[in-house]
Amino acid sequence: MAAETRPKRPFRWHIGVFLAPALLVYTAIMILPLAGTLQLSLFRNIEQHQVFVGFDNFRTLFGDPNWSVNFWNALRNNVWFFIIHMLVQNPIGVMLAALLSSPRLRFAAFYRTAIFVPTILSFVIVGFAWKLILSPLWGVAPHLMDLVGLKSFFTPWLGKEQYALTALSLISVWQFIGIPMMLIYAALLSIPEEVIEAAECDGITGMSQFWKIKLPLILPSIGIISILTFVGNFNAFDLIYTAQGALAGPNYSTDILGTFLYRAFFGFQLQVGDPNMGAAIATMMFLIILGGVCVYLFLVQTRLRRYQF
Amino acid sequence: MSLATRSLPRTIGAHAILLTYTVIALFPVILVIVNSFKSRAGIFSEPLTPPTPKTFDLIGYNTVIGQGDFIHYFQNSLVVTVASLFFVLLFGAMAAFALSEYRFRGNTLMGLYLALGIMIPIRLGTVAILQLMVASGLVNTLTALILVYTAQGLPLAVFILSEFMKQVSDDLKNAGRIDGLSEYTIFFRLVLPLVRPSMATVAVFTMIPIWNDLWFPLILAPSEETKTVTLGAQLFLGQFVTNWNAILAALSLAIMPVLILYVIFSRQLIRGITSGAVK
Repeated sequence: MAAETRPKRPFRWHIGVFLAPALLVYTAIMILPLAGTLQLSLFRNIEQHQVFVGFDNFRTLFGDPNWSVNFWNALRNNVWFFIIHMLVQNPIGVMLAALLSSPRLRFAAFYRTAIFVPTILSFVIVGFAWKLILSPLWGVAPHLMDLVGLKSFFTPWLGKEQYALTALSLISVWQFIGIPMMLIYAALLSIPEEVIEAAECDGITGMSQFWKIKLPLILPSIGIISILTFVGNFNAFDLIYTAQGALAGPNYSTDILGTFLYRAFFGFQLQVGDPNMGAAIATMMFLIILGGVCVYLFLVQTRLRRYQF
Repeated sequence: MSLATRSLPRTIGAHAILLTYTVIALFPVILVIVNSFKSRAGIFSEPLTPPTPKTFDLIGYNTVIGQGDFIHYFQNSLVVTVASLFFVLLFGAMAAFALSEYRFRGNTLMGLYLALGIMIPIRLGTVAILQLMVASGLVNTLTALILVYTAQGLPLAVFILSEFMKQVSDDLKNAGRIDGLSEYTIFFRLVLPLVRPSMATVAVFTMIPIWNDLWFPLILAPSEETKTVTLGAQLFLGQFVTNWNAILAALSLAIMPVLILYVIFSRQLIRGITSGAVK
């Protein structure tokens, strides 16, 4: 429509020049390999040749006990990893942000800066530092628990099958709490003064003000945090690899899709690496993440009411 | 301002919770740094006290500097991060300018295509990326890492920068056009300087994941020549599991540059986040 009303102009080369480098790198290094990986998952290496096998790799992944046990275990662990993040990271993040945004709070800048520190550290540092702290050899954790009279509850969490995954999830929560805190804090600051004043005129203050006025207004931000957490969790690898190694011990109890993909792709110890099975696992991760993003875009985001000020 | 928001118990409660959490956030970091300056006996007997003349010892640092080639790893990380950052910012800003300034067919579609990468992590393409790098002979080169990180950083950079470029006044650009400036001059001379603050935000967001990444150095460039600090630290820590002095010193050496940079730039970073750059 608009094009017809405008006078015809010469081809604008500069648009192409501006777009070309980004498009080229992005397409060549990101989109094509992604498509290539999806395609590889349909092939298998038979006598040095890539042969099209349809969905056979997925049949192996779900049907062959050598693979399916590990796959479902990794998926289950990954779901638990995500649930812990949603239940612990986001509520604490919202609470910290709500406290930080209270008017005329002193030292707010200091708290903000300090609580964000773990987020900028690499997984290698975080994983190892916590491994040392929780280590029964060093004894810092039992010593600290002794101060509050809880020493009897101490066990080497990272070494016990039933606790290791939860402990690692909480370490990851510790590392990333800064992100929900900052995003919610930003959302809370953007609520106009008039809305708060109107609530106060109606006698709504304190906690009920938070629940009735502020929380509904920051729901879209909570939605964004949830989807960021989802994508990040189902793509996680580094923390588990640093703290527990590629075997995600003890006895695969901390194995998540990222570490499973790494082992399948590269092989580990006696198992030989198989790029095609690696691609099949990456495809499953792609579908899971895509599914989550679609649920968010089409079900959650459209139902959240956005308020324009 | 109502009385309720100013009442004393409420303020004390808020400070108590925030202070508790600040301690939780900082304690592991401080613990590692403090103990890295102690002798082995000091680390185990008094982990929670600062080093005294009796327990002060730099043996850990000596081991790290003697054993690991950390200066070299550090250089690699620096080269990779700075180069990727440069390309992300340059290419990202150019694409963002094209998308926000000109109306052309396929504009929205192009925006969506580039936005795809914000949600879908590049790691999922690793299998094919490795094949591509093997085929082009780029395995174990820093170029491979720079290419991957440039692709990884571009989507978010384009998204954030185009939001900011929409705010640059049209009158200014049109004045430039009337004065006969080319589109390239308008971009480099007029628009880029005006969006510099948002470039800083994008830079921080892009830099942290690149510097901290373990996955791609491990897969694409694990050789001794191309190791980054993160990978080097990981392997070093794996080898020296029982040498606590060396481990604590290596961890502290890895923490300190990031921490110093963060303290310098935290104001900018936090302003960037809270100005609604990420929505």
